[in-house]
Amino acid sequence: MTYKKRFDGRDWLELRPIEAKAGVIKNADGSAYFKIGKTVAYAAVYGPRELHPKFLQNPKTGILRCYYDMMPFSGIGDRVRPGASRRSKEISMVMEKALAPVVDLREYPNTTVDVFVELPQTDAGSRCAAICAAAIALADAGITMSDIVSAIAVGRVDDKIVADLNYDEESYEDGPVADIPMAILYNSKEISLLQMDGEISKEELARALEIGIQVSEQIAQIQIKAIKDKYMVNNNG
Amino acid sequence: MALLVEPKQIVVPGEVLADDVDYLPGQYTYRSDKKIIAKRTGVVDIQGRAIKLIPLSGRYLPRIDDKIVVKIVDITMNGWLMDINSAYGAMLNSKDIPRFVRKGEDLTQYYDVGDYLRVRIFNVTSQNVVDVTMKEPGLQKLEGGRVIKINPHKVPRVIGKQGSMVTLIKEKTQCNITVGQNGVVWLKGPTLESEVQAVCAIKKIEAEAHLEGLTERMTIFLAEAQ
Repeated sequence: MTYKKRFDGRDWLELRPIEAKAGVIKNADGSAYFKIGKTVAYAAVYGPRELHPKFLQNPKTGILRCYYDMMPFSGIGDRVRPGASRRSKEISMVMEKALAPVVDLREYPNTTVDVFVELPQTDAGSRCAAICAAAIALADAGITMSDIVSAIAVGRVDDKIVADLNYDEESYEDGPVADIPMAILYNSKEISLLQMDGEISKEELARALEIGIQVSEQIAQIQIKAIKDKYMVNNNG
Repeated sequence: MALLVEPKQIVVPGEVLADDVDYLPGQYTYRSDKKIIAKRTGVVDIQGRAIKLIPLSGRYLPRIDDKIVVKIVDITMNGWLMDINSAYGAMLNSKDIPRFVRKGEDLTQYYDVGDYLRVRIFNVTSQNVVDVTMKEPGLQKLEGGRVIKINPHKVPRVIGKQGSMVTLIKEKTQCNITVGQNGVVWLKGPTLESEVQAVCAIKKIEAEAHLEGLTERMTIFLAEAQ
């Protein structure tokens, strides 16, 4: 048995439909909504603001803190226990590291910028959606950033190289699967997040990464449009 | 390829503004090889060869000589600590107020926690420690009225050229308005309706600040509201 056609009928390198919007949470300094297929992420950015406890402060630069959380009803299976878990802590950390190379907070020493991402619904690719939403929200909050970060999962399902795996593909049982979430900077095409789960050959990995860099362009365009749209609306009041 | 954007265009971080060494990166932009790339969400402003961005969003960053509206949050041995709607607090020393304060005097008899003041920033250090003063005409305690917060980057539009916009609102609504550079606006009017009208006008300017023909639209808006 080989994987002949994708479960949701997409082309091998086709992404799930994406929707993005900036400025959805009025109380936050910047916010965003990012939906890819059935995965939905809301990001809210607060700051730069005072950082306590004081020993966390860095007198050279502001710091970036991320918080990732799946809502209890968001998963496909059991209720997800809310709050910090081993998994959500890891994803919070990789988000921070994926976004850190672009944000520049040297103008704001001793402060913090907090990014909160909540996922009301998930269907694989949640850390990628979280990073995409966070990037839009940071830009919306007027944080100095050298680039836009877009994230996407690539990988293999059986003998096929695919982009943007959904949950059914991630849990494909009739052959080997590799799931590689990656974050790519829009201009420099540098990779700021690269994780892998599963098995893949060296050649296939190289091809998958190339595909990831290619398709990230589409996501970046959607992200850029989302930020601009916030300021284009209500031209006549 | 040279200039890739037009003046007044809205750009986002990572967007390439120009691809030519003839242009120079200004504020909130940087150069990477030949390209000039935006570092912030903002509006393009080209001055000669320099391309800079005017930010559309973001919190207030204290600058020397800004006149701001602040709220007192704490009192120390020798002054007041205040919230300046920024990532940083500010300090008003008891010797920087228009009255003489004797040593060891109770500071609450001058200004108490929760009071709003109009002050001027006279010093900001590299670590953004902010000192403010009230020793200048026009800087005083703001009694009564109401306070609203707006995006600090929209403050120049709310004030207008030589204060034209804020004067317009003042005349039409009979309100007394003080706009701080930090995005805190204090206003007090003869009636509740007039205050609400002024708040609506300021919110409208904030929402449409980056669009052209604002003054005409505001004149119509205020005339309709009357």
